[in-house]
Amino acid sequence: MTSTSANPETLSALDRPNSYIGKTVPRPNLDRLMQGRGLYVSDIELPRMVHVVFVRSPHAHAKIIGIDASAAKQMPGVIAIVSGGELAAVITPWVGVLSHLKGMKSAPQNAIAIDRVCWQGEAVAAVVANSRAQGEDAAELVSVDYQELDAVTDMRTALDPTTAVIHASLGDNLAFERNHDAGTVDQALAESDEVIEAEFIFGRHTGVTLEPRAVVADWNAAEARLTIYQGSQAPHMVQNIAALHLGLKESQVRVVCKDVGGSFGIKVHIYADEMAAYALSKLLRRPVKFVADRVESFNTDIHARDHRCKGKIGVKRDGTITAFEIDDLTGIGPYSMYPRTSAIEANQVVNLVGGPYVTRNYRARARVVFQNKNVMCQYRAVGHPIACSVTEGLVDLAAMKIGMDPIEIRRRNLIADDAYPCASPSGLRFEQLSHHAALAKLVRMMDYDALRAEQSALRARNIHRGIGIASFIEVTNPSAAFYGVGGAKISSQDGVAVRLDAQGSVICQTSITEQGQGSESLTAQIVGSVLGVSMDRVRVILGDTDNTPYGGGTWASRGAGIGGEAALQATKVLRKNILDVAAAILQSTAGELDIVNNVVVTVVDGAPRIELSELARIVYFRPDTLPPGIQPELMATRHFVPREYPFAFTNGVQASWLDVDIDTGFVKLLKHWVVEDCGTIINPQLVDEQIRGGVVQGLGAALFEKCVYDERGQLTNANMADYLVPMSGEMPDIDVGHVVSPTLESELGAKGAGEAGTAGAAAAVTNAVNDALKPFGAIITEIPLTPQIILTALGRI
Amino acid sequence: MKASAFDYARATSVAHALELLTAHGERAKVLAGGQSLLPAMNLRLMAPEFIVDIGELAELRGVTVKGDVLTIGALTRHADLLKSPEIAAHAPLLRDAVAHVAHPAIRNRGTIGGSLAQADPASELPACMLALDATIIARGPRGERRIAADEFFAGIYETALAPQELLIAVELPVQPKDSTHYFHEFARRHGDYAIVGLAAQALVRDGRFADLRLGFFAVGDRPLLARSAGELIDVAVTPAVLAEASSALDEELSPLEDQQATPAMRRHLAKVLLMRCVSSLLSRPDLCTGVSA
Ligand SMILES: Cc1cc2nc3c(=O)[nH]c(=O)nc-3n(C[C@H](O)[C@H](O)[C@H](O)COP(=O)(O)OP(=O)(O)OC[C@H]3O[C@@H](n4cnc5c(N)ncnc54)[C@H](O)[C@@H]3O)c2cc1C
Repeated sequence: MTSTSANPETLSALDRPNSYIGKTVPRPNLDRLMQGRGLYVSDIELPRMVHVVFVRSPHAHAKIIGIDASAAKQMPGVIAIVSGGELAAVITPWVGVLSHLKGMKSAPQNAIAIDRVCWQGEAVAAVVANSRAQGEDAAELVSVDYQELDAVTDMRTALDPTTAVIHASLGDNLAFERNHDAGTVDQALAESDEVIEAEFIFGRHTGVTLEPRAVVADWNAAEARLTIYQGSQAPHMVQNIAALHLGLKESQVRVVCKDVGGSFGIKVHIYADEMAAYALSKLLRRPVKFVADRVESFNTDIHARDHRCKGKIGVKRDGTITAFEIDDLTGIGPYSMYPRTSAIEANQVVNLVGGPYVTRNYRARARVVFQNKNVMCQYRAVGHPIACSVTEGLVDLAAMKIGMDPIEIRRRNLIADDAYPCASPSGLRFEQLSHHAALAKLVRMMDYDALRAEQSALRARNIHRGIGIASFIEVTNPSAAFYGVGGAKISSQDGVAVRLDAQGSVICQTSITEQGQGSESLTAQIVGSVLGVSMDRVRVILGDTDNTPYGGGTWASRGAGIGGEAALQATKVLRKNILDVAAAILQSTAGELDIVNNVVVTVVDGAPRIELSELARIVYFRPDTLPPGIQPELMATRHFVPREYPFAFTNGVQASWLDVDIDTGFVKLLKHWVVEDCGTIINPQLVDEQIRGGVVQGLGAALFEKCVYDERGQLTNANMADYLVPMSGEMPDIDVGHVVSPTLESELGAKGAGEAGTAGAAAAVTNAVNDALKPFGAIITEIPLTPQIILTALGRI
Repeated sequence: MKASAFDYARATSVAHALELLTAHGERAKVLAGGQSLLPAMNLRLMAPEFIVDIGELAELRGVTVKGDVLTIGALTRHADLLKSPEIAAHAPLLRDAVAHVAHPAIRNRGTIGGSLAQADPASELPACMLALDATIIARGPRGERRIAADEFFAGIYETALAPQELLIAVELPVQPKDSTHYFHEFARRHGDYAIVGLAAQALVRDGRFADLRLGFFAVGDRPLLARSAGELIDVAVTPAVLAEASSALDEELSPLEDQQATPAMRRHLAKVLLMRCVSSLLSRPDLCTGVSA
C-alpha cells in the first residue's frame, strides 16, 4: 500500500510524537472476540427470559381470515400466542416517509400483520415459549386461514392500470418519483457524434450478516423502563422509535448494543418483528428474545438493489461526453422501511449518476414502486453500485463505439483535480476530489499497458481476458441533509466524552457504534494520539444510550469522520484541562508543557515533569494541595457535525482483470485493484480491509448474489445453499492504494471509507466481462453475471 | 431453525443398528456424518422420530486392499479418502473427486456411505462409483446384498436400499497401473454441488481408448454411466467421431431445471466436459475446439 498526500500540511493535534494516526495498530477488541468473550445478543440470558417465534405468511399477498392457536397453546413450554390485533394494544403502527422526499407515500405498517399480509415472510402471529425449539414446535400448529390476493411482483407492470393496487388508500403503487433535469440534454445529445443506450438490470440481493438480527427486550414494570439489547448501528434512533410507538418517553428506553456480528446497513432499520419483540416484553412484563434464523433473515432482512435502469450517453468523436440520461425503476416491497424510507437508494442513483464527470447535461427520472416482496432499503453503498454501473457501463460503451481506450475516455472527462470546489450535474457539492491522481495511480499499480499486451497475446490462444475500469464517487459523513431535514429523529451529530481516571487512564464514551469495522480502535487511536497517552490506557465505551453521549451511530461511512472528529475535539479539551492543572502543580504555564507517553513533559527538552497517574492522584485525592481557585475538569465532552458540506464526497477508481471461459460462461476473477481517497487515514489496515470487504460484497453482487422470486412472490432461494454469497476461493487478490485529500471541514480530515469498495466493484467486473467478450460482439448489462447469462449472450445455448 | 423432537440411540454394533432399524421401521433414520441429514432436519424438511447414530461403529470405517479389490467402509469420511494412500494408489479418481465435495469442515464429518445413501444427483461420489464400477454392500435383517453401482441409484435421493438396511461398504476393482482418469465439475463456487460434472476412468493404449467409463452427474435424476462412451472405444478419435459421441450423449441426458441452469445449459456443459475429458485423456489439445449446441 502506498499513499500520496495531496495536502501535505500537517495537522497539529494529530501530528504529535508517538501519534497513532496513520498507523496500523491491532484493534483493542480483537482478543475479546478471538477468545470467544464477545457478547452478542444471542449470548444474553436474563432471568425469566422467553423466546419469540413468528408464524410467517407463506403467501405474498393474502387476507387473514382467521387464526386458530388453540392446539398450539396446549404445547409444552408455550407462554402466549399473540396476534397482530392483540399486540396493537401496546404498539402503534408507523409510516416510512420523510418530508424532504417530496410526494413520497407509504402505508401504515404494524408490528404483526393485521387482517392482511403483504409479503411472504411477514409475521402473522407471535408464539412466545420457554425455548426457541418449543416455540417452533408450537408455531407449526398455529393454523392460519388465508384468502390469497393478487400479488404484485413485477416492478415493470406495478404501475399498469390493470395491476392490483397493494394499498387502496394510496391510490396506486407508486411510492416515490423524482425527476431531475440539468443543462441542455436534448441539444447535447443531438450534437453528439454517437448516442448509446442500454438497459442495466440489477439483481435483488441482501446483506447476509454472519450474526442474524437479534433482540432481547426487557420491560421492567417496576422501573417502568424498557431495556433493549440489540445489534443495531443506531442505538439512539432505536430508542426514539421504540419510545414513540410504545407510548414511552425516551428516558424510559435504554438501548444497549454490545458486539454485533456484521451489519452492512441491514441493522440500521426498524423491523416489524423487532418492534413486536419490544411490545411483547411490555405486554408480558418479562424479557423476550428474538433471534432471526437464516430462513427468516433471507425473508425479512432488507433486500436492496432491485433496479432496472435505462441509460443513455452522448459522446463526441474526440471522447467528450456530452450528456447522461437515465430512467430508473425499482420495486421496494409493500412498505417503505422505517424511518429511513426505501426511496433513498433511487434518490441516490439520481444524485450519483455522472458524478465523476465534467458534463453538465444530465436528465434523470427515478420511480419507486410497491410490490408484494420483502422490503427493500439501504444496504452498504446505497445506490452507488447502481449509479456506478450505469455511468461506467455507459462510458465504456461510448468508448467502444468511438474506438477509444477506456482509460483515455476517462482522462478526457473526469473532473480535473484542481477544479474544486465544484458541483455535480445533480447539484452535489464537491470539496476536493482526486479522480486524475487516483486513475494515474491505478494505471501504475496494475501496469495497464502490460496487461493490455497480455490480453491480446492470450486472445490469439483463444483465452479471453478482460480489463474493466470504474471511477466512482462516494457519499460519506452525511450532515442533517440525509435524514434530519426530512423529519427523522436520526442524529447527524455525534458526541464523545473523555475523562482521566484516578490512575491516569482514559475512559472514552462515544456515540458511534462498532459492528466490526474498528470504531473502537480508531477512537482509541485518536484519543491516545491527541492526549499523548498509550492506547492501552484508553478504554472506549460505545453502544449504550444510558452511557454515551447522544449521536447517530455508525452508518453511511460516518463513524471515523464525524465520531472521530468529536473524539479529537473532546480530547483536545481534556488535554488542555490536564495541562492547566499540571501548570498549577508544577508552577509552570500550560504552553510550556505537553503530554508524551503518559507523562507531562516540558516542551522544549521533553524532560518528564509529572506522570499522569500522579497528577490524577493529586486531583482526585489531594485537591487540598492545589492552589486556591483551581477546579480541575478531567472530563470533557464535544460534539461534531459537518455544517458546510451536506456530504463529504470521496472518490476512487477500481479495476478488474478476469478470464471468461467462452465455452462455459464461467468467470474467473484474477485480480482487483482499488485506489481511493478517504482523506486522512487513521488506521491503514482498517481502511484497506474496509475497502476489501466492500469489494467482496460488490463482487458478490456482480457474480453471485440474487434473491430469486417466482412470479407468485415466493422467495425460492432463502438458504445459504441456493443464495450464493461470495467465498474466499473465488475472490481475487485485491490491491488497495490511496490518494489523500483531507476534508477541511474537520481538523481530523477523515472522510468515510466503508462503502467505496462496494460502490465500484460490480461496475469494474461488468466492464471487464464486456471487454473480454468484445471479439464476440456480446454486451451484457445485467448482474449477477451468471454462466447462464453469459452463455446466452454468446449464443451458445 | 431447530429440528423437531426425536428419539436417539447410539448403535454399539452393526447388529445393534440393524435391530434398532428393524424395530423402528420407516420412522427411523440412520445418522452418519450428519452433513445432509441434520440440515434437512433443522429446516424441518425431514422429521424422523428416531435417530440411529452409527458414528461409533469403527468396524465400518477405513480403506483396505485385498488382492485386486479395494474396500471402503461406509463410515470412511471424505477427509479420509482425501488422505488415504490406498485410494491415491488404486482409485485416484476418487481422491480428485473428493476435493470437490464441500469444504474441509464438512469433509471432516461427511462419510462415503452417507453420500451414496443420500443419492443427491449432483453429488460427486455416486458418479465415481459408476465410473469405477463399484459394488455396494448392504446389510439388512435378512443378511447381506451386493448391489452393482448402476443399479443402486434410483432417483433423486432414492437408492436400492431398504429402510431397514445399512450401507456397509463399497468395493472397487483396483485400477490397472496404466489406467488414467479425468475429473471435472462446473460449480459456481468451489465446494458447491455441481451444475454438471464428469468422473471418468479410462485405459488408453496407442492413442486409443481401450476402455472408457464416463460417470456424469447433475445431468438427470441420478448419476449417468454414459453409453455413448462406447462410440469412442477402439477407434481413432477424430473431431467427427467426437461430435458423433457428443450427439449420442445428448440423447442420453435428461437434465433438470434449477436456479443454476436450464436443461439446455446442462446439455451444453455436459458436452463441453466430454470434449475436454477426451482431449485431456488422449492428450489431444486439437480436439478441444469451441463447442456449440
Ligand atoms: C455446506 C455443504 C456443502 C456440501 N457440498 C457437497 C458437495 O459439493 N458434494 C457432495 O456430494 N456433498 C456435499 N455435501 C453433503 C456431504 O457430502 C454429506 O457428507 C453427504 O452427503 C452425506 O454424508 P453424511 O455422512 O454426512 O450422511 P448423513 O447426513 O448422516 O446421512 C445422509 C443420509 O444417508 C443416510 N445414511 C447415512 N449413512 C448410511 C448408511 N451407512 N447406511 C444407510 N443409510 C445411511 C442417512 O439416513 C441420511 O438419509 C455438502 C454438505 C454441506 C453441509
